[in-house]
Amino acid sequence: MRDVKERIDALVKANDVLLFMKGSALFPQCGFSSRAVAILDHLGVPFETVDVLQDQEIRTGIKEYSDWPTVPQLYVKGEFVGGSDIMMEMFENGELQQLIGAEA
Amino acid sequence: MPMAASEIEMLIRAALPDATIEIRDLAGDGDHYAARVVSRRFEGLNRVRQHQLVYQALGGRMGGELHALQLETAVPDGDDR
Repeated sequence: MRDVKERIDALVKANDVLLFMKGSALFPQCGFSSRAVAILDHLGVPFETVDVLQDQEIRTGIKEYSDWPTVPQLYVKGEFVGGSDIMMEMFENGELQQLIGAEA
Repeated sequence: MPMAASEIEMLIRAALPDATIEIRDLAGDGDHYAARVVSRRFEGLNRVRQHQLVYQALGGRMGGELHALQLETAVPDGDDR
């Protein structure tokens, strides 16, 4: 497990806004991932995505890394923010914009 | 493999006995649920920790047996939003 933890660490630290998701930003493969991308698109900030369907090791590893059972998962500035429900809640009350530093 | 709403509620209640739990079957297929859980146990915890408590209550079923559970958590009264 050590290797995958280091890989995830590196990804999370290298990208200010990073979404682990199923599919790509252009072609999300799951409704929840699609919703997460829509929120980030709406904020208009640059973000990177990792398609867990393309990487079995990360797909299982990220759940343990974050202690979170589902994907999508959002990381901002190295910190785990939550899944799509938390993203939606934080988007609706303006917290996500504040956290990411997007123009409201 | 779908799970019954009553089973989800039972598991959450076993871990959070004081909780007010509302569960909706979103698609009518026993596989896509939305739950709202209000409990004093959430006090002082951020959203991630609150959701983690619920996931722990579901004992590993989340993401497996239970495909989709939209989750909303809150502390009773004042901090209800």
